[in-house]
Amino acid sequence: MNSARENPGVARDDATRDAATKPGASSVNTRVPGSIEVYREDFERQTAGPDWLQTLRKQGMARFQALGFPTMKNEDWHFTSVAPIAERTFRPATQKAPVKRVDLDRFNFGEKAWHTLVFVNGAYSEDLSSGTGFGKGVRVTGLAQAIKSGSAVIEHHLGKIATFEQHAFTALNTAFISEGMFIELAADTVVEQPIHVVFVSDGDGVSHPRNLIVAGRHSRATVIESYVSPRDSGYFTNAVTEITLGEGAHLDHYKLQRESESAFHVGTVQTRQERNSQLHSFSFAVGGSLARTNIYTSLDGDAATCTLNGLYLTDGAQHIDNQTSIEHIAPNCPSHELYKGVLDGRSHGVFNGKVYVHPEAQKTDGKQSNNNLLLSPTARVDTKPQLEIFADDVKCTHGATVGRLDDLAMFYLNSRGIGPETARMLLTYAFAADVLETIALEPLKQQLEKMVLARFADEAVA
Amino acid sequence: MLEINDLHAGIGDREILKGISLKVKAGEIHAVMGPNGSGKSTLAQVLAGNPSYEVTRGTVSYGGQNLLEMDPEVRAQNGIFLAFQYPVEIPGVSNAYFLRSAYNEIRKANGQEEVDPLEFLDLVEEKLKLVDMDESMLSRSVNQGFSGGEKKRNEIFQMAVLSPRLAILDETDSGLDIDALRIVAEGVNKLRSPENATIVVTHYQRLLNYIVPDYVHVLANGRIVKSGGKELALELEEKGYDWLQNTGASASAGSAA
Repeated sequence: MNSARENPGVARDDATRDAATKPGASSVNTRVPGSIEVYREDFERQTAGPDWLQTLRKQGMARFQALGFPTMKNEDWHFTSVAPIAERTFRPATQKAPVKRVDLDRFNFGEKAWHTLVFVNGAYSEDLSSGTGFGKGVRVTGLAQAIKSGSAVIEHHLGKIATFEQHAFTALNTAFISEGMFIELAADTVVEQPIHVVFVSDGDGVSHPRNLIVAGRHSRATVIESYVSPRDSGYFTNAVTEITLGEGAHLDHYKLQRESESAFHVGTVQTRQERNSQLHSFSFAVGGSLARTNIYTSLDGDAATCTLNGLYLTDGAQHIDNQTSIEHIAPNCPSHELYKGVLDGRSHGVFNGKVYVHPEAQKTDGKQSNNNLLLSPTARVDTKPQLEIFADDVKCTHGATVGRLDDLAMFYLNSRGIGPETARMLLTYAFAADVLETIALEPLKQQLEKMVLARFADEAVA
Repeated sequence: MLEINDLHAGIGDREILKGISLKVKAGEIHAVMGPNGSGKSTLAQVLAGNPSYEVTRGTVSYGGQNLLEMDPEVRAQNGIFLAFQYPVEIPGVSNAYFLRSAYNEIRKANGQEEVDPLEFLDLVEEKLKLVDMDESMLSRSVNQGFSGGEKKRNEIFQMAVLSPRLAILDETDSGLDIDALRIVAEGVNKLRSPENATIVVTHYQRLLNYIVPDYVHVLANGRIVKSGGKELALELEEKGYDWLQNTGASASAGSAA
């Protein structure tokens, strides 16, 4: 299913933003500065970094100013208006948010053995972080500290994987690179326990977490990125994660977007994969009033593998958009993708999955599906699986479904004594559980299953 | 136990049941037979409360209560069970979870304690043997990937666990080979008791060799055109349904009692 919607309100917003992005057009007046100008001012006020970083930030800012915020005319943003973000002025989030350890309990799954890195409003919190004792050849640290200590690896990779030529939010993030997680795995290193990186936000500011994972040959790790908030507030998180997987490296990457219900979230995870590497990505999105997650990977080396799975649950007036992109550059690469969405209330879900098979990528085995369940007559989903194949010896399938709860299945459950509320919960949970099953990290799988079940059970009671 | 009077029902504007009257007492087995499209399955669905069907006239009383006012889950909680002609597949819900939920909902509604998963497992083991099914089926999704025969046996298994007072078997024999048919019939016979009643809806006489009915009713064009004892089924097998459809229109009035 694939349906466009023209929103006259949004067309008007575009005009305002166009004016704001052309400094020459109407700049000589006393009007309140547009949000892009405010970003520019805050960009100028940043603490200086090493030359290479200053240069990178400048490139990011210049590109962001040239692109402006994307409009719905942009193919990548066809179903999502970012006007609510573009029209606000978000100042850098205060780094003195009073977040306590107890606030985080419900987000860290009670897994004491996991390494936990906590960032509050973008700033690394040593107090809230825990878990050390990484083996030789493993570095897990805040990006700022790593840059300060002069790491050539960071300079080599940062800004090279997450391209910002066409991506305004990535460009904006690049203009503000300062802090995030940095993980470096030397060849053949294995991190047994998961590394949980928690980005906590509070207040009404913006943070631009920038993360980098450099996984050497045959290294292996599990990384969980959580985006959370201790209470409801209208902040903006604009995160970018760059990942490079060396030959035979294996990364299980989980992104858990659990922002507060008034928050805004744009997050990109972009990976480059060398031969025989494996990326297993799971994206869980339930939070935010307007949220967009991009999971992009490029299969650069022979027989690199990726699975991109995800689950989004929306309710109320939420808008949650998921975009994925898989670039099959090299031959013999399998890619598997399953995204599921459950949409209730007046919410709007979007899925756009692109698979590009380049001419050299023979023997590509690509499978992509997106299934959506609408629980209310006013919920809406736009799904757009896109497959572009330029090689001739490939096996690729894709498909999307949008459906409602099956009346016959409901009656079947009712006829066994199970009332409509429980039956609805059971069928909804079953729909979502199937993609949660693919989570390899058992305790995380169980926690998410519990969370999803509780969410639908609450709705059944209400 | 069950008293149906002048029942009219259909889907949308199409009337399918055109005045059914039938009385079922505890301890009895009634066979409802008839050609395709006669309304047999509709009768079964209406009794179980499928909301796709609309009752336009008539009454149904069950244990002295107005059955038509009860929601389907309330009917089940009061002891009605429909073995579906086409059991529904529910991916993602295991048979164990599904059936334990059903079992506990029915217990709760009857003021009984719920059972935990272990107690439940003890309870179902014996019932699985009854239908010759392996315990591993409990962890599989409800009916998903089941063969036709497995689906029907699963219906009888559920019936055995939920032990209804009134069981309605809707074409449980269709699509079954003789071995599966025997297993299903044995399952039904073992559950037979003076307190319970069964309505067997079927197109063929074959099943009635194994489940011997006390009464046989023949449905044609939404009405019961003939009622009799078990020998009526044999007569039908011999002469076919045309015999009744052509001659029996006038026999419809007040057929069963």
